[in-house]
This record gives sequence, structure tokens and C-alpha cells, in this order.
Amino acid sequence: MSAWLREHWRTLTLTLARMAGNPLATLLNVMVIGVALALPLGGYMLLQNLGSVTRQLAGHPQVSLFLAPEAGKADIAALEARLRQIPGVRALRFIPREQALEGLKRSENLSDVIATLQTNPLPDAFVLDTGGSAADLEILEPQLKALPRIAHVQLDSAWVRRLEALIALGRTTVLILATLLASGLVAVTFNTIRLQILTQKDEIEVSKLIGATDAFIRRPFFHLGLIQGALGGLAAQAIVYLCVLILNRSILELAQLYGSDFRLDFFGFSDCFALLAFSAFLGWLGAYLSVSRHLANMEPGQRP
Amino acid sequence: MISFSQVRKTYRGGHEALAELSFSIETGELVFITGRSGAGKSTLLKLIPAIERPTSGTVLVNGQNIGSMRRPAIPYLRRNLGLIFQDQKLLYDRSVFDNVMLPLAFTGHPHKEAARRARAALDKVGLLAREKANPITLSGGEQQRLCIARAVVNRPGILLADEPTASLDSASAAEVMEMFRSFNQVGVTVLIATHDEALMQRLNPRVLVLKQGRLAA
Repeated sequence: MSAWLREHWRTLTLTLARMAGNPLATLLNVMVIGVALALPLGGYMLLQNLGSVTRQLAGHPQVSLFLAPEAGKADIAALEARLRQIPGVRALRFIPREQALEGLKRSENLSDVIATLQTNPLPDAFVLDTGGSAADLEILEPQLKALPRIAHVQLDSAWVRRLEALIALGRTTVLILATLLASGLVAVTFNTIRLQILTQKDEIEVSKLIGATDAFIRRPFFHLGLIQGALGGLAAQAIVYLCVLILNRSILELAQLYGSDFRLDFFGFSDCFALLAFSAFLGWLGAYLSVSRHLANMEPGQRP
Repeated sequence: MISFSQVRKTYRGGHEALAELSFSIETGELVFITGRSGAGKSTLLKLIPAIERPTSGTVLVNGQNIGSMRRPAIPYLRRNLGLIFQDQKLLYDRSVFDNVMLPLAFTGHPHKEAARRARAALDKVGLLAREKANPITLSGGEQQRLCIARAVVNRPGILLADEPTASLDSASAAEVMEMFRSFNQVGVTVLIATHDEALMQRLNPRVLVLKQGRLAA
């Protein structure tokens, strides 16, 4: 065990020294991987932020029930009692037509128009709060429509559904992008390792001839792929973090105009760590494929 | 220690390098293999470390059958053999010292012990003063001695050398041969392929003469 650890430590220092010995190539490789990973990563971060906004807004979608004009006080009381019995209804608010008119009068643009009206055209209304999602509301809708003295049922879930669909679309796009660019990362590592194997061709050949095991020869290349992938993942996070810093200035300004304190949040620690592990894994995979492909061809002597 | 029986080696394309070759070499022997170019000397030497496998027949090294040896076992076989190649195969991207350190990298010796052994091997071939030099700056004779140092640093039981004096002047060649003899005197089995008959005579060794892949009488 300790010999195994010592061997890996020796390989690690050797690999790091080799990378430091060729800083430009190392930097370029890390940059390529970093930029490639930053794209899907940034998209994923935007979606996460957008998702949390939607959840905030659509946490309690409401239903407005507009009553028929002929509904009297007794009808309203009966309706209220029935509504309270429907499972899933959390809060119930009655808005009499007079109160609705007052509300409209208070809004600047409409007060003039309202003043010219002879009679109050607005119906009485109930506003229902449910704990459920937009989909739950839609199940509720026919039940509500069937109630007596109800003229119109309006769900405010429609736009939420549209937004959810948009986010789902965004997710698929990011997933496709991530898959493409992850294969890009594997390809970049594959090629780096191929070049490294070619540079060390003589050393590998001699080592094989004088008794190095395959594992010994492969190990430094696995380390190289792993480290390069991890560094690329780190670079991608740095790029996205920088973008968040820059964007948040403008976003804060914009959000203030809408009376919101919305801002982009960067990933938490566990997400960052998972990404690092993932990019390191992709680097290792590229190295593995490259090593399997190229070292097999370097066996001294003729194949039996 | 090394035994060939009825060994045939045919390369792809039909060239027959060895045919019906049988001989055996005991521990501690010093054996020369001679013959004209293309007689099969190099092939014979390549069969022992499993660089090539026999087409038919049996090659036994330390009781292990080379023909049926599995790939993962080969490195361990080679660690007990000191190989000196016709084309030297020195690494010119590192110092003389690091060239000798190479075989110790994968045998798991701690660095200090490895460095001590490497210096001892360099001392034995008279190159200790040049340990920091790049092999490219060494003379032909010195390069050949460096190859010997790298081959013996793991203290192998068998030393195999393919034309070790081919590109050397007679004084350097004599030096190199003297080195092989001194290793043989401490019990190492030595196999040398050469066509330098004059040099051979002085050591009065056992000689295997190859002719078209067979032993000539």
C-alpha cells in the first residue's frame, strides 16, 4: 500500500514537473478545456437561477373565480362554503365588485375611464390559493367550472407553464451542448496524450525492453489526463465566476428598476466539486482511450 | 539456464531466421555467437527476452517457457536479463546518470538506494566522472560502456549483447570485451553475438557458429 502510494506520488511529481517544464502547451490545453466547459456550465448556471425565480413566482399559482352577475348574497355564502370543502384549497379570498371598482379607481391610468361609467360592470370574485403546482390547478379547473353561479374561471398557471416549458427546452439545449463539449474535452486530452506518447516514444520503447510493466508506463499519462482535466474544470469555473461578477452589476441595476433584488448566484461548493471531479474523469477517459490506442502499437518486436 | 530445442523462427513474409536450432547454456558460461550477417544471431538474442517468440520449438530461460509466456509476465523476465542492443537505445534527453537510473525506476528501489547502485554501475565501467554529461557528448566506446552500465545496474543473472564492438576501434573493443569477461568471472552468464573473431580468440570462450539459422559444426 505504501509502495503503491509512493509510486503514485513519484509519478505525480514527475507529471507536474513535466507540465511546468512546458508551460505554454499546458496553459493552452487548460484554456481550451476551460473555455469548452465554460459554455455549458454558464448555461446550466443561468437555468438554475431562472428555475429558482420561477419557483418563487409560481410557488402558489392562483385561480380567480368570477361570479355570474345575478348571484345574490345567499349564493355567495353557499359557494364559499362549498369552495372551502374542496381539497387543495388553502386560502380563499372574496373580492366584492365594489372593492374591485375602488381598486381600479386608484390606478392612475384608469380612473378617468372609470369615472364615466354609469354602473359597476365588474363581477364579484373569489381568489383561491392552492399549495399545488400549475398541473394540480388544471386538474382542479373542471371541478370549479361545474359549480353553480360561476361565470368564468381563470388560471394564472398558463404563463407559468409556458415558462416551465421554456426552461425545459433550455435544459435540453444545455445537455446537448454539455455532451458535445464533454466529448470535445475527451478528444483534446486524447490528442495531448498522443503527442506526449510520441515525444516519449524512445523512453517507452527502452523501458519496455528492460522490464517496465504496462501499468508503470501508462501511469504518468493517466496522471497527466486527470490533472489536465481538473485544471480545465477549474478554469471553466473561473471563467463563469468572472462572467457572473461582470453580469451582476448590470443585472442589479436592471432588477432595481423592476423593484426586485434578483441577482445571479454562483454554484455552491458541492456543485463546484462535482464539476471538478467530472472534468478530471473526462481527462482520465481521454488519456485511457489514447494510451490504449497508442501504446499497444509500440510493442517491440513482431506481433505473434 | 538457457536452452533452445528444435527452435524455428519464421518472420511474416516467410523469411526463415532460425531453423531446428538446439543448444543449451549453463549458468556462469561465457558464450559467443558468430556467423555472417543474416545468419540469425540477432533473432536468437531477441528470443531470450521474449522480444520475439519462437514459431515452433521451445526456448527455456531459467525454467520458463518463452513461447507460452503471458504478456504480463514478460517484464519480470526481462528484469533478470541485462540487454545491450545493437543500436544502443540510449536516451539523449537526459544525463548519463539518469540513463542508468531508468531500469531502477520500476523495480521499486528507494531513490537513495537506486542512486547508489547507479553510481556503482557507472564506476564499474569507468564513467562516474561523466555522470552529468549528456550521452551524445560521449565517445563511441564510452556510449557502449554506458549501455553496459545500464544493463548491469539491476544485477541481472544473464547478460545479452548484440554486436557490442561493431562500431568501436580495437582498443575500445578490447576494453569492452574485458568488461564482459570480468562480469562473467563474478558468475554472470554472458551471451555475445559478434563477427569480430580476432577479439574472441583472446577470451577462448565457447563459440556457437550460426549458418542460415542452424548451428554449423
